Amino acid sequence: MNVVTMPRAPWLDGPAADGLADNAAGRRVPTVINGQEQVPFQGVGGYAPEGARHGPPIRSARDYPADGDKRVPDIKAALEKAGLRDGMTISSHHHFRNGDKVALMVLQAAAEMGVKGLRWFPSASFPVHEPVIQLMEQGVVHHMEGSMNGPLGDFTSRGRMPGLGVLRSHGGRFQAVQDGEVHIDIAVIAAPSADPFGNSDGSHGPSACGSLGFALADSMYADHVIVVTDNLVPFPCIPWQIQGNHVDSVVVVDSVGDPSKIVSGTTQITRSPDRLLIAEHVARFIKEAGIMRDGFSFQAGAGGIALAFVAYLKELMKQDGVKARFVRGGSTQYLVELLQEGLTDYILDGQTFDLAGVQSIGSDPRHVASTPLTSYNYHGKGNFASMVDAVVLGATEVDVDFNANVVTHSDGMLLHGIGGWQNCLFSGCTILAVPSFRDRIPVLVERVTTLTGPGELVDVVVTERGIAINPRREDLLRAVEGSTLPVRPIADIKAEVEAMSGGPPSPPRTTDRPVAVIKWVDGTVLDTVWQVEP
Amino acid sequence: MSTGTAPAAGVRRGEAGRRGGDVRSDLYVAVEAGGAGLEVSLESRVAALYGDSIRETVESTLRGLGVEAARVEVEDAGALPWVIEARVEAAVRAAGLPPAATGEGAPSPSPAAPAPPATARHLLRRSRLYLPGNEPKFMLNAGLHRPDGVILDLEDSVHPDAKPAARLLVRNALRQVDFGGAERMVRINQLPLGLEDLDAVVPERPELILIPKAERPDQVVEVADRIAAILGQAEPGIWLMPILESAVGVENAFAIASASPAVVALTVGLEDYTTDLGVVKTREGLETLWARQRLVNAARAAGVQAIDSVYGDVQDEEGLLAWGHASRAMGFAGMGCVHPRQIRVIHQAFAPTTEEIEKALRIVEAFREAEARGLSVVSLGSKMIDPPVVTRARRLVERARELGLLDGGEE
Repeated sequence: MNVVTMPRAPWLDGPAADGLADNAAGRRVPTVINGQEQVPFQGVGGYAPEGARHGPPIRSARDYPADGDKRVPDIKAALEKAGLRDGMTISSHHHFRNGDKVALMVLQAAAEMGVKGLRWFPSASFPVHEPVIQLMEQGVVHHMEGSMNGPLGDFTSRGRMPGLGVLRSHGGRFQAVQDGEVHIDIAVIAAPSADPFGNSDGSHGPSACGSLGFALADSMYADHVIVVTDNLVPFPCIPWQIQGNHVDSVVVVDSVGDPSKIVSGTTQITRSPDRLLIAEHVARFIKEAGIMRDGFSFQAGAGGIALAFVAYLKELMKQDGVKARFVRGGSTQYLVELLQEGLTDYILDGQTFDLAGVQSIGSDPRHVASTPLTSYNYHGKGNFASMVDAVVLGATEVDVDFNANVVTHSDGMLLHGIGGWQNCLFSGCTILAVPSFRDRIPVLVERVTTLTGPGELVDVVVTERGIAINPRREDLLRAVEGSTLPVRPIADIKAEVEAMSGGPPSPPRTTDRPVAVIKWVDGTVLDTVWQVEP
Repeated sequence: MSTGTAPAAGVRRGEAGRRGGDVRSDLYVAVEAGGAGLEVSLESRVAALYGDSIRETVESTLRGLGVEAARVEVEDAGALPWVIEARVEAAVRAAGLPPAATGEGAPSPSPAAPAPPATARHLLRRSRLYLPGNEPKFMLNAGLHRPDGVILDLEDSVHPDAKPAARLLVRNALRQVDFGGAERMVRINQLPLGLEDLDAVVPERPELILIPKAERPDQVVEVADRIAAILGQAEPGIWLMPILESAVGVENAFAIASASPAVVALTVGLEDYTTDLGVVKTREGLETLWARQRLVNAARAAGVQAIDSVYGDVQDEEGLLAWGHASRAMGFAGMGCVHPRQIRVIHQAFAPTTEEIEKALRIVEAFREAEARGLSVVSLGSKMIDPPVVTRARRLVERARELGLLDGGEE
């Protein structure tokens, strides 16, 4: 086989972070990250990319079995075949969420094979991935680029990861791979069903999880692609969301994941009266602002408030006889009900959260899997996110300029990944549905701890104490004028909450050492996460 | 675990508040006399952001109470300052440290001047939301759900050991929490314990006191007199709502409702009432029909509002709506809520329907026309309309206007 010689990974010799500069958002960011030069954020739409997309090496069918059987005995054999060595980038995906077994299987196999300095590039990490901490301490994994939360977030925030963490949105991850900013040496795709040729799908099999969209970029752009499945079917695997023509090897294992943690049996609407009130405000806002009309579209995730919002909006749609053209998931039974009751023509589904969603995507042709390419990639010829009329998102903090933080807690600790959040900000009406405080800590603040979303893209902030509309959106302000909605200036709500909380919180105690960066959807550096004082 | 225990003999130690994984917006405080100064050990999930502020609140509360030397253990779960103050004070008192007198503590911003009740006698009292008196997290946002009233409960929802701590919490809540214009009610304990509750909360001027398990008019008089005495005025200046919860109470309904001019409404506690009768409380409530109807009649006779009990099944919105409709049809003006999500349903149940409003408007219009034309008989279509029908229609139109179901200017 024709093996392309790659240069030595830049992070093996370079500094984790170097050369601080202020970007267009006024945030101080490193200009060198893990040995690679970076472009600081230049404003929304400010950066024009140049050049061609990244390309993986050309392969030939002469090097692959003519009968299409690409099976190898185990993960180590597949890694060996892929030429695993120090400083490589190994990618994995989070469609199994906290039930994933494959990422650890692969990283631990790599550790046993004695390699060092790997970059782990998951589409997101979960608490189940805590053992990666040991691999970092042993030097097997140098750093990770993906969401850092739970134990990994704690480890990173305290400055214990050797390299710098890089957080990207789902669309930003596709962009980084496509643009060659992240070169994937070995992509590992965990598949609920696959055939020996590598065709794979997520809607069937004991570990069915719905869409495999997060793995699409990796299948197209990685040097080597390994499919791991516990449900091998004879060729052809129908449908084939991941095409075998991209795949180098197929490994069959006993179990790729714990189905009970992959999807929830049922997703539950919140019972918190305050959160229900927020959800009700959001649904009423969408109606009163005139967004809820025949042929409209919206997106809401699987959080408690988002689910309750869908339930309220459904009632309002039924009352007014209004039907959506499409809704975007994270799908749940609540979206599936809209589809089945004729209240939407389609579900365009990025990931599937519960059994009802998995069943629906596997059986209903109007429930369609979408990918970060179709939905979110900013370096493409448009994407679906900006075509959605309204999106309902969460945040950990929002400031008086409507800037939002979704990755760190107010004490500076990494808490959440970005997910599709940044990409969704481009919708026609971006609504952040948040409680005004959590455990005494105000969510509305003077300046967000970590900038994840620029305020110019945040249109409405809905809390239980009132609805704040971004003054830039005069149209929305006019649209709800005279309604009974509790519309208030954001500074008013903030002041009220601060008075309750006994003043604003102390600023986070951080050092001047970067531990992670937040990428914007165009690959520029939006903000820095600083080491929390030990 | 609910605490608020008195110190063991010889050890001047007291605790208050709650700790554990499920606790939110509250804290646990243990105070032990001794040491050279104030030694505060603090654990808090918000320590990085509010640790300094918590320490400051704890120490200033202790000094305000005259405690200069003590070992203090604090486990905080995001409590707001007024909660911290209440818990520290409760722990200090449980430890038997100064101040000995009740009703003191941090200075109260409440007005001292004699005053009539702050809310109207015939205020809308469709919904009153029960808030457990020792649970701060439910109090913080209660007003946002727009109940007509909130009840800070010191009785059944508070463990006997936690009564003194709950009293201080409710007192501080009355001082500090914005209930969004809801009428602020306190349910005191049965007498005589309830009299001590009055000492703690009355200086904060809640608008209404609920008297549980009322059976005789003299109990109402005792509460009214105590309130007037605490405020140093001739009249209580705070409304009273006796709760009938026994067969005797229901029999004495009219006497209880007319025991004091401060009584503004009469209500019923059906759990205790059915227990007293020895019957099972059902979803439809046939077994309590007579008691409720009797209450409505007694309340009307005494010129006070009749308020129904609560509907316990929070998940069953349909059952709640049906109960509310039946309740309104029987003559009740409102009912209790055990969860904020019940408020909207209850308001819907007690609102006049569009058809009722339209019919009432037609009757009122017909009456006006007849009056203008000097006719003594009002008729609508082929039907004659009696004067009481006109009166009822006028009341309904007035109520619809109050509820914002009508634009102004008509009639």
